[in-house]
Amino acid sequence: MLSIKHHLVAYGQSTIIQDLNLDVKKNEIVAVVGRNGMGKTTLMKSLVGMTPTKGGEVSLDGTDLTRLKSFQRVRAGLGFVPQGRMIFPTLTVRENIETGLAAVGEKKVPEDLYEMFPVLKEMQNRRGGNLSGGQQQQLAIARALATRPKVLLLDEPTEGIQPNIIKEIAQTLRRIRDERGLSILVSEQVLSFVMDAADRILVIEKGAIVHEENRAEADQEKIASYLAV
Amino acid sequence: MFDGYTSTELMSIFAMQGFAGLSLFSVFVLMALGLAIIFGQMGVINMAHGEFMILGAYTTYLTSGFFQSYLPGLFGGYFFIAMVLAFLICAALGALVEWLMIRHLYHRPLDTLLATWGLSLIMQQAYRSIFGAREVGVDLPEWMMGAIQVTDMVDLPINGLFVMIIALSVAVGVYLLMYRSGYGKKVRAVVQNRPMAEGVGINSAGIDRATFALGCGIAGIAGAAFTMIGSTGPSSGQAYIVDTFLVVVFGGAQSLIGTIVSAFGISQAQSTMEFFLSGSMAKVLTLLVVIGILMIRPEGLMALKVRR
Ligand SMILES: Nc1ncnc2c1ncn2[C@@H]1O[C@H](COP(=O)(O)OP(=O)(O)O)[C@@H](O)[C@H]1O
Ligand SMILES: [Mg+2]
Repeated sequence: MLSIKHHLVAYGQSTIIQDLNLDVKKNEIVAVVGRNGMGKTTLMKSLVGMTPTKGGEVSLDGTDLTRLKSFQRVRAGLGFVPQGRMIFPTLTVRENIETGLAAVGEKKVPEDLYEMFPVLKEMQNRRGGNLSGGQQQQLAIARALATRPKVLLLDEPTEGIQPNIIKEIAQTLRRIRDERGLSILVSEQVLSFVMDAADRILVIEKGAIVHEENRAEADQEKIASYLAV
Repeated sequence: MFDGYTSTELMSIFAMQGFAGLSLFSVFVLMALGLAIIFGQMGVINMAHGEFMILGAYTTYLTSGFFQSYLPGLFGGYFFIAMVLAFLICAALGALVEWLMIRHLYHRPLDTLLATWGLSLIMQQAYRSIFGAREVGVDLPEWMMGAIQVTDMVDLPINGLFVMIIALSVAVGVYLLMYRSGYGKKVRAVVQNRPMAEGVGINSAGIDRATFALGCGIAGIAGAAFTMIGSTGPSSGQAYIVDTFLVVVFGGAQSLIGTIVSAFGISQAQSTMEFFLSGSMAKVLTLLVVIGILMIRPEGLMALKVRR
């Protein structure tokens, strides 16, 4: 579904991601785990086009994204939930979701989104900036889903979220995948979350994939050792 | 400065000057709206905004001339046509300027200042070549002349009232556009977080062009209104650009209501004080008060209060 070949990203002279290869299959949830500064955000942002890519190819369901701008990649089927959520603070909850709808030419927030996130319906007229962290995370996911993505990218969705809500987010991701039949690529540092949510786990270090396992047979201690500081 | 006036005289003077200031208020509101929309969306200060206004004024002048020569029977309605034309022509030129020039300079605020200033000089020279250096004026249709007499001493000029209604209608229209339409939602998203707006599928470059065109179009309407209070010359826009900056900064660049209140305050203060003092003294006093208030409220009169 999402295919990344010889991906190369650099900020000026410093190369962050070099020759990264990664495939996300249809209906699959792939987690990329790694410590701070290992290049997770750089990878995600470069995939959605917020950070320029120096080389390689990214294609989505057969469409070449390499030369597309950010908004065109989103319209081609890439949904993005950034680190820190980046809700539009003075827009209401409903308006935040509606910004995503514009990409697919819809006007009204579909009921199924509110069904998935009932709290957003309750708060639809509040300003996005006044929501709690967990609620903002739901809003960011709903906003991304409004663009009707084929692949959903999430960058550290558990950052700054209370532990009891982290489990809920993992469930939500699986539910989204099951109900909508899309693929998910999520970056993380929290191992328990990854074990709950992902089908396949990749470890990223200094911008390269250094380890890969299916969740079912995953060696938790080994992955944890990569995450230990 | 009020020595030698009775209190009823003073009241009448304030009222008269206040009403006389209505047209100025309208021009300020329209100019400030356009400037603030463009600045708010893309952080570009359009130094040629006054020249866009003058383009609208020349458009109005040409339209009135056309009606006088070819459609004298419909002369009473020329102003409406002129307004629409002024909006469309200025918006089209604005879109062109954005595409040719501004979009290449977004990350260089100082360069946009210089570039739009250069544009203002080019536009002034173009007006001089096309329309000549002499100022031109329009004839008012009959129904706009005269005044409504409120009391013995106080007259309400009809054209001032009419232009004010137009200015406020445009302000309401802009409000609805920004807060009730899909376009406005995209504008607000881009203003708050441009990369994220792109990340939800909004074409921010397209929004920029539309917004620049809209701001310039509104300057065109300001130009149509301007023909009611002054005659139009190649560099008449210059006198207004500074006052308009003042209005925008004083009102708070993000606040529509703030802009209107500030336009009202500044136009009224100038108009009223000009009766008692010289024009430049009135300007100095206005400026002092504005600076004083900005020292207390640096974000402008009415900054929106939200967590960011
Ligand atoms: N805008 C930037 N300019 C230069 N270097 C950057 C920039 N953003 C991130 N980096 C560097 O890239 C590396 C990877 O960062 P990042 O992708 O944010 O990691 P992670 O999301 O895994 O914590 C870090 O060494 C960081 O310092
Ligand atoms: Mg990160």
